[in-house]
Amino acid sequence: MISGLTVSERQSALLILIVMAFVGLAMAGVGRGDLLGVHGGIVLMISVALSFAVIGHYYDPEPPAERLAEYYDDPTRVGIVLAMIWAVVAMAVGVWVAALLAWPDMTWDVGWLSFGRLRPVHTSGVIFGFGGNALIATSFHVLQRTSRARLPDQISPWFVLIGYNLFCVIAATGYLMGLTQSKEYAEPEWYADLWLVIVWVTYFVLYLRTLQRRQEPHIYVANWYYMAFILVVAVLHIVNNLAVPVSLGHAKSYSLFSGVQDAMTQWWYGHNAVAFFLTAGFLGMMYYYLPKRAGRPIFSYRLSIISFWGITFMYMWAGSHHLHYTALPQWVQTLGMTFSIVLLVPSWASAGNALATLNGAWFKVRDDATLRFMMVAAVFYGLATFEGSFMAIRAVNSLSHYTDWTIGHVHGGALGWVAMITFGSFYALVPWMWRQERMYSPKLVEVHFWLALSGTIVYVFAMWNSGIIQGLMWRTYNENGTLAYSFIDSVVAMHPYYIARAFGGFLFLLGAIVCAYNIWMTIRLSKAKVVTEDGKTDVPVLEPATVLQAGE
Amino acid sequence: MPEAHRKLERNAIGFVLAIIGVSAIGGLVEIAPLFTIHETVETAKDMRVYTPLEVAGRNIYIREGCYACHSQMIRTLRDEVERYGPYSLAVESKYDHPMLWGSKRTGPDLARLGNKYSDAWHVAHLINPRHVVPQSVMPRYGWLMRNEVRIDDAGQHLAALRVVGVPYTDEMIANATKDAYGQANPDSDQAAGVTQRYGEATNVRTFDGEPGRLTEMDALVAYLQVLGHLTDAAYKQTSSAKE
Repeated sequence: MISGLTVSERQSALLILIVMAFVGLAMAGVGRGDLLGVHGGIVLMISVALSFAVIGHYYDPEPPAERLAEYYDDPTRVGIVLAMIWAVVAMAVGVWVAALLAWPDMTWDVGWLSFGRLRPVHTSGVIFGFGGNALIATSFHVLQRTSRARLPDQISPWFVLIGYNLFCVIAATGYLMGLTQSKEYAEPEWYADLWLVIVWVTYFVLYLRTLQRRQEPHIYVANWYYMAFILVVAVLHIVNNLAVPVSLGHAKSYSLFSGVQDAMTQWWYGHNAVAFFLTAGFLGMMYYYLPKRAGRPIFSYRLSIISFWGITFMYMWAGSHHLHYTALPQWVQTLGMTFSIVLLVPSWASAGNALATLNGAWFKVRDDATLRFMMVAAVFYGLATFEGSFMAIRAVNSLSHYTDWTIGHVHGGALGWVAMITFGSFYALVPWMWRQERMYSPKLVEVHFWLALSGTIVYVFAMWNSGIIQGLMWRTYNENGTLAYSFIDSVVAMHPYYIARAFGGFLFLLGAIVCAYNIWMTIRLSKAKVVTEDGKTDVPVLEPATVLQAGE
Repeated sequence: MPEAHRKLERNAIGFVLAIIGVSAIGGLVEIAPLFTIHETVETAKDMRVYTPLEVAGRNIYIREGCYACHSQMIRTLRDEVERYGPYSLAVESKYDHPMLWGSKRTGPDLARLGNKYSDAWHVAHLINPRHVVPQSVMPRYGWLMRNEVRIDDAGQHLAALRVVGVPYTDEMIANATKDAYGQANPDSDQAAGVTQRYGEATNVRTFDGEPGRLTEMDALVAYLQVLGHLTDAAYKQTSSAKE
């Protein structure tokens, strides 16, 4: 991979790594006596290790000029592998914390093993580690194909991918040591946030540069979603993480906002992290891989437009439904509820568009587990968005909020939609990337499909039950007009569901391990022989072709 | 519509600007007025700031991820008010950077936890929750009793909080480390300054039961015991509503 870089690119890589090593050293220096110093050490170690990797290949011959006649897929390949590593690790942590709720003494009096510190490792690990790497990897692939142009250089994609993973490592190790801002899904501290801004701006610029080189007059719908994902996540991230560090030598910072304004900003962020990270980005994935795999064009261009702009506009209003009946002013709650309900229209437009695309290809859905992953993902997307709109209604929320129902809802979306569309896309993408006719074992894809589906269903049903029971127990009155249950009664009632949930999660984890194994074996096959010769068709357009455009 | 859109999707920069414009509206309409409409946060004259020890305790609460299972926001629902106490007012988290309203109740709400249990109960409960509540699923936090809490930088913490808007005085910042120690050591010379600076109602006690050593347990229990008691506003509002 490093020998694929030109000599000047190797020099830039080395320069960047040296600068990073010095930043790590500086952090370790000013942050000694604070946990910031530990993170400085981690940054330093990773930068030095990567520098040695570059130096080891520094004197390799220049890559041939023919590379420019191909797409640049090395970062996508590495991104897929990283995504799968994060998936297995973070889902395993998820199963573990689920088990802690059933058997709490497994903390063994060790701080970093306790629920509160492990939970964000799970949430950030699956959302940012697994989901984020999957988005970056697929976005590079989709962007190049739909633009019929190669990425403009070979450094910035690596900077984005490796820089992003450095952010994830800093985040996860920080949680274990107790470093968190406490803002859900925005837990990493100020220095990690600043670093992510640099990475993210590079990502955005890379995306735009490639789009400007495109040999297709129109920007394909998948790219609209990937662009919305990159842009809006940047805005959300910057605003919600505004904070003042205690000092440059402290990892700890204090949020710029407080109380009610902070709550609204946080859930404006939190809900739109769902919208633009976990929805828009993965819709981008769906709009490319589903029609490709099905061999059918997208059902309706008009629906694509409606759903895209509907989602982009309306999601941003919906965050306040996380704060019903709280100290947030009523008018904001009502606005949030209203837009959450209307949001069902663009959401179902997307889900329906995906399912209607499969018309004429349903026999493939029956036979091909890869396409079935994508179909089920679209169904779960439709279900989860319906459930979300429903739970945003104030009266429903009075029961569901603070309960496991929310957790069930989130996992219906995360397991059923986000993870399934990713697995489906990976199973389509991996054989293309490693030049194979198919995955190492289509049987294992089938096994994975049923593990994932049954795991999701067990999980979601367990949480629906526990959530609704919890909500009802908290508000049940006896005939004397006093509350019927103490809080601990509701905790006791949850026990069987917490065990069922851990089991459902375990099934899903098993599926992810099967997937990782299957991908690994496919990669090994590619070392033995390259089967397909599709290098002829899967290439960018080199000369700016004279394309006749509408209206000319 | 599709014709206009066909034009838009041929222009990357235009598309980017359109996304930014369309996505910005919701946040601007909902968030910006919260800073300008004064009724959003009630006024409470008696509202006090956290002491340096309580700030340290709050940071431990954040560090251990307590907010993942405990909310600090009692909603305006009958069963919640009867279970936990008067519903939460915006002013009560006015100095909370960040807020810890939470989103999940695996354990009960803590907005009015202060003074509900004794310090000894909290210490026993944090060391092993199942010693006092046999069915509890809360983790044990034995290390809080073993770790000394860092207070040498307490002044820097208060100063940073002042930058984001909490009205700490120069005197509070200058004496932060002393006050942190004094609040958990009532017999020490440093104790008197605490009530002088933060009010007579401030808890000055040996929170963890061991005088002298200032542990993370001291800090966390000091924080837990002040939850819901920075101002009386919520209690007054409920009693006047009943009349």
